[in-house]
Amino acid sequence: MPEVNLVGGVTMALSRALEEDENVVVLGQDVGVNGGVFRATDGLLDLFGDKRVLDTPLAEGLISGMSVGMAAQGLRPVAEIQFMGFCYSAIDQMINHASRLRNRTRGRLTCPMVMRMPYGAGIHAPEHHSESTEALFAQIPGLRVVIPSSPGRAYGLLLAAIRDDDPVVFLEPTRLYRAYREQVDDDGKALPMDTCFVLRQGTDVTLVSWGAMIKETLECADTLALDGISAEVIDVATLKPFDAATVLKSVEKTGRCVIVQEAPLSVGFASEVAAQLAEHGLMSLLAPVRRIAAPDVIVPLAGLEQNYIPKLDRILEAAREVVAFS
Amino acid sequence: MTAKKTGASVDLSKVHNDPAVATFQIGYRQYLNAEGTLAADLPDFATERDTMVAMYRCAVLTRTFDAKAVALQRTGKLGTFPSSLGQEAVSVAIGAAMSAEDVLLTTYREQGAHFFRGVTLKEVFMFWGGDERGCKTSGPKDDFPFSIPIASHTTHAVGVATAMKLRGQAHVAVCVLGDGATSKGDFYEAINLAGVWQLPVVFVVINNGWAISVPRHKQSSCETLAQKSIAGGFEGEQVDGNDIIAVRTAMDEALAQARAGLGPSLIEALTYRLSDHTTADDASRYRAEDDVSARWKKDPLVRLRNYLVGQDWWGKSDEESLLGECKSRVNEAADAYLDTTPQAAEAKFESLYDDLPEVISAQRQWVK
Ligand SMILES: Cc1ncc(C[n+]2csc(CCOP(=O)(O)OP(=O)(O)O)c2C)c(N)n1
Ligand SMILES: [Mg+2]
Repeated sequence: MPEVNLVGGVTMALSRALEEDENVVVLGQDVGVNGGVFRATDGLLDLFGDKRVLDTPLAEGLISGMSVGMAAQGLRPVAEIQFMGFCYSAIDQMINHASRLRNRTRGRLTCPMVMRMPYGAGIHAPEHHSESTEALFAQIPGLRVVIPSSPGRAYGLLLAAIRDDDPVVFLEPTRLYRAYREQVDDDGKALPMDTCFVLRQGTDVTLVSWGAMIKETLECADTLALDGISAEVIDVATLKPFDAATVLKSVEKTGRCVIVQEAPLSVGFASEVAAQLAEHGLMSLLAPVRRIAAPDVIVPLAGLEQNYIPKLDRILEAAREVVAFS
Repeated sequence: MTAKKTGASVDLSKVHNDPAVATFQIGYRQYLNAEGTLAADLPDFATERDTMVAMYRCAVLTRTFDAKAVALQRTGKLGTFPSSLGQEAVSVAIGAAMSAEDVLLTTYREQGAHFFRGVTLKEVFMFWGGDERGCKTSGPKDDFPFSIPIASHTTHAVGVATAMKLRGQAHVAVCVLGDGATSKGDFYEAINLAGVWQLPVVFVVINNGWAISVPRHKQSSCETLAQKSIAGGFEGEQVDGNDIIAVRTAMDEALAQARAGLGPSLIEALTYRLSDHTTADDASRYRAEDDVSARWKKDPLVRLRNYLVGQDWWGKSDEESLLGECKSRVNEAADAYLDTTPQAAEAKFESLYDDLPEVISAQRQWVK
């Protein structure tokens, strides 16, 4: 079984998808000879040729829009946007066309495309390379929004996204790209895109997160365990549609919840999780729901970047507080 | 900001090592001028009665439909509607030139092209009447729904053309857009890719003089919109968009070129929007009635009818029976639209995902 890091899981899934379905086409800026700036498409051009791996001109609106056209023709375009910070001209296509082509034609045309992009802070990248604006996409009916947080989930969820008959926005946390390796079987098995993943079972507090913050969240659970506090850790993984049931069920057991997001606090996805608990989980709650997020500021440049990302200490403190509350 | 007049003057006094590393020119095509006289030798199809009459019939149907749609809107029975009055020739010629396997991608004003390709009158009434069942159109199965966000469909067109090229199919994507749309970045991104990848795509810019209230000369200081193709590295030409023979010929050539793998082209069709922008617009706020009445003298339908009459293919009785037929077809479609029982409230959950996620499906009960 190969040992791969998260970006390796992405590459493995792309390779498998290109292999198994001749309609799959990878496209984007520098994805060919260069193998992508993060090397997510490394080697694919050699393996599959320039009719399957397409270097496009530098135009994000074009990349997303042409993917809509290709998908309507029955191809399965997997488009790479080089960094999430440059996806905003592509949002027009995702909101106005990709997400509604099926609906707009009452099922005559469909849009089985994936728009992949690296996102998040923590790798000392320049300005505009560090934001987490996943909530923008999670608002859009007709889209799926998926975020892997481990090499195995990158592989399984990307395969699911490519095989899905609807458009998927697939966000890859750059901070985890090369964080660690794990064994991932290239067995072609997709993971479900309608469920959260319970990464650790626990009874005292539920910690909910997604993307790169899963790292601190797991560390938090480890630290709490030393104090005899049993934390359940949930990776949301698919933000749209959101499997609130898994979170609600967990909180029924634990009575407490801390939600951890890298994005600024206000109107982020953590707010949706908290709202679900307020609406449907109130009677289970033994303590107020807490959101640990970045402040409502622009992501700082590299100098203050580490300080911007929510710290383990803050998560720990919130978890201890809710456990102590009652 | 006041726009510069077109016919830009360039300072030629600057010294260059080579005064012309690249030169370009843009041609203009016309067969039937407004007076009905021939401006050039006719192409073969123009000597075929059936071909010409079929286009005329569809153009008259489109105009009849248009008048009915506006009337329904004025009486509160249809939503906002974009009239194509005065632009029927170019639209019909586009639809007529294409084959069923080609893919048409347009904005909202190309009823003529879509009717020619099999979209029904009732479907169009349904859509503008606010009923999504009009979205399931009867035209060729790969045609795109018209795009309301201006120019965003230009990128779809190159995506469609990419798929065709990758598969080695001799099919063509035809992208129809307005003069206003040529100002958008999407358009430049699309023509750029079309040129680099030599895609089987034809861009048709319907220059109807206006983008709502903004006249053509405030949209761009280029002498022609056809020359924008030069930025994409391929040829463009201007045609008289009220001369159905000119549009059809240009389309035939552009389609043949794309089918042969010889790359994209751009046709700028000069026409005029005789109506308001939509039924929600009042064009008298920004243009003079005299300008519009002058344009009526160039009515493309009159020009085509005169041609048919001149060929001895068409007479008074043909005209009367066509008008009667169009009227009854349009009225029947309007009645069928008006008689349709409204959709169930739950219809808004249809065709959202291949497999509607349970969490969204559960929301159906809110709207029962
Ligand atoms: C991206 C975008 N911006 C603005 C609008 C609002 N709008 C609708 S039609 C129109 C003018 C379009 O002009 P043109 O491209 O010349 O097409 P025409 O209406 O003349 O057929 C505008 C500004 C829109 N639909 N899409
Ligand atoms: Mg216009």
